[in-house]
Order: sequence, then structure tokens, then C-alpha cells
Amino acid sequence: MASNPMYQFNVYRIGPEIKLGSVDISFTNASLFMVISSLAILIIFNLGAKKKTLIPDKLQLLSELSYSFVAKMISDTAGSKAKPYFSFIFSLFMFVLFCNMFGMIPYAFTVTSHIIVTFVLAAFIFFGVTIIGFMKHGLGYLKLFVPSGVPMVLLPLIVVIEIISYLSRPISLSVRLFANMMAGHTMMKVFGGFVISLGIVGGWLPLSFSVALTGLEILVAFLQAYVFAILTCIYLNDALNLHH
Amino acid sequence: MLKKIVILLFVTCFACFNTGFAAESGGMPQLNPEFWISQIFWLIITFGILFIVLTKVILPKISDNLETRKSQILENIETADKQKEESQKKIDEYEKIILDSKLKAKSYFNEAREKILDDINKKRAALEKDLDEEISEVEKELSDLKQKSGEKINKIAAETSAELIKELIGEEVNSSSIAAIVEDQSKINRERKDV
Repeated sequence: MASNPMYQFNVYRIGPEIKLGSVDISFTNASLFMVISSLAILIIFNLGAKKKTLIPDKLQLLSELSYSFVAKMISDTAGSKAKPYFSFIFSLFMFVLFCNMFGMIPYAFTVTSHIIVTFVLAAFIFFGVTIIGFMKHGLGYLKLFVPSGVPMVLLPLIVVIEIISYLSRPISLSVRLFANMMAGHTMMKVFGGFVISLGIVGGWLPLSFSVALTGLEILVAFLQAYVFAILTCIYLNDALNLHH
Repeated sequence: MLKKIVILLFVTCFACFNTGFAAESGGMPQLNPEFWISQIFWLIITFGILFIVLTKVILPKISDNLETRKSQILENIETADKQKEESQKKIDEYEKIILDSKLKAKSYFNEAREKILDDINKKRAALEKDLDEEISEVEKELSDLKQKSGEKINKIAAETSAELIKELIGEEVNSSSIAAIVEDQSKINRERKDV
């Protein structure tokens, strides 16, 4: 049923069924696009890093601009203490960006449109940031939940709110990316379906919508990758520089 | 009209959704846990490999390259500054040399001019002296001649008149008396001339 706008999110097995014990870890279309995205990143950046000319060529310029872009993003939001985590945030940003962008190719699968993928990334970030926070500040990291300058009466309420907001970070982070990707792709599919169902007479309006939406979705693909990375930086900033 | 079309579109879309969901196992495929473990597994593998390769191989290269470029640019700027300073120094030196040589040329010129003027003056003075001497000599000669010429003329006149008288009268006259007469006559002539 190709006209179903949710059909594009179906995960299906490619090749044989692989089982690890009783767990199914078969190679699926989702795995394929994860591999493609990672390989694309590695190839592009390897080619960009290979030539060490003083005046960069296009690929080198691309990789160096990405490098300085992410470096600037991290130093702006999390300061110089976040430098050891640069390569993780760079990988994260590039992975999400490439998965989003590969999803824009027709008939391609969008890895980041699956809540489980984004949630695993977000949960990893959440636990990583929490561990870093406790390692840097010990139990003093709990001060994060006690903002300064709050009246004593309101403090219990504020602390509860802070804890809830802190615990909801992985959910908000993962749902934001997943929902954006899924909604955008569903909408594009719906408008694409309208083009077919309304035919040559009425199909022009949804077609123009579809064209506009494609541009918008490319923007969203970049923006969501950026938001994902920058929120990670902000969480990292909370853990590294405790001043709430 | 447009509103109607849009509403119609949404209704058909909704119908499509319903039939679609009815045909599928229902709901969002994202919430179907069948391949969750597989997705997590492959995410960890691909992202892990990506992270490790980027961290160990690619990012250090890019960072190195950026660093070398930065230092190269700084170095170039430094050398450019140095060269600029040097060239400024050389320009100053050059200007100084030009100024010096100009002054020297002027002094040489002045010296030469003075020398030449001196020479000219000396030569002129010598020449003038010579000329003066010659002129004074000539003047002296002239005045001598003038003085002597009177006597000589008188003598010649006396002789001539003696000869003439001898021829006319055929008799010798006393030469001294003739000389006296000539003298008188010439005196009278001279006085006449002077007057």
C-alpha cells in the first residue's frame, strides 16, 4: 500500500534473518541507511582531510568549514571545557544531519524518523551528561536542581519542576527530532499523494506545495540536526560549568 | 472554492489514512517493536565506527591542517611585516644617500665654480697688468716720440732750408742762424696749433 503516508516508515529485513541468541538483529533498510550515512560522512571527510594544501579545494573546504562550525558552536555554548567532547558532538551532528538529508532522497529511508533511534541517541547523551556532571562536581551536581535566588517557599516546587524537566530531557530531545522528521515526511507524502489523486487538472496546487515543502524539509533536516547538537552542547554546559 | 478543495483533499486524505491503516498492521511503524533491537544494534555499530574513525583518524588530520594553516598565515604575516620594515629601512637609507650625494654634488659644483672664478680673476688680473704695462710703455714711447719729433723736424727743416737756400742763392748760409729761424717758425706754428 504505497499511498499510505506512513508506509515509508516501515522497517523491513534486507537479506537473511540474523539472530543473536533469541534477539533479532537482522540487517534492515534502517541499518542500510545508517551504514550509508556513516560511510558518506567518512568518505567525504576522509577525502577532505587527506589533502593538506594551504589553499583548500572544495571537499577540504567543506570539511574544514564543518569542523570550525561545530567547534564554534561548542565553544559558544559550552565553553572551552567542552573541547574533549568535540569529536562526539561532531559525529553526532554529522550523523543526524546525514541521516536527515539522506531521508530527503525519494524512496530513501529516514533513520531519524524512528523514535527508537533518536531515543537511544538522546538517552546516551542524557546518561553521558549526567555521569560527566557527577564526575566533575560529585554530589554538588544536584545543585543544578536548586536555582539560586528562589524564595524558600517556592523552593520545593521549583526543585520538583527542575527534576522533571531534567528527566524529560531525553524524551524532549528524541521526540523533537523524531516528530519533526516524521511529520515532514508524512506531509510530503500526503501532498505527493494528492498530486496523483487529483491528476493533471487539480494536481498543480499540491505539487507546488510539495516543491515548497521539499525546500522546507531540507531546512528542517539541517535545523533539527543543529538543534540536536546544540541542545547536547547546552546539556554538556550544565554538567561542565555548574552555575544555575 | 480553494477552501472547498482543501477540505475535500483532507477528507480524501483521511480516507486514505484509514484504509491504509486498515491494510497495515495499524498505527505508526515507529511503535512496532519488531526491529527495535536491530535498529539499536546497528545504530551502536555504525555510530560507534563513525565516532571512532572520526576521532582517531579524520578529525586530528583536519585540526592539524587548520593549525598548520593558521601558523603558516601568522608566519607569513610576520615575515611580511619584517620585510616591510626592512624595505622601509632601505628606503630611508636610499633617501639619505640621495640627499648626501645631492649635497656633495652641490659642494663640488660650488668648489669648481669658485676655482674657475679664481682662475678667471687671476688671469684677468694678469692680463690687465700686462695690458697696463704695455699701454704705459707705448704711451711713454709716444710721448718720447712726440718730444723727439719736434727736434728732428726742426733739424730736417733747417737742413732742408739750408739746402734750398744754397740752391737758390748759391751761397752757404750759416747753419745756426737757419736753425734759429726754423725754431722760431716752428714755435710760432706750434702756438698757432695750440691756439
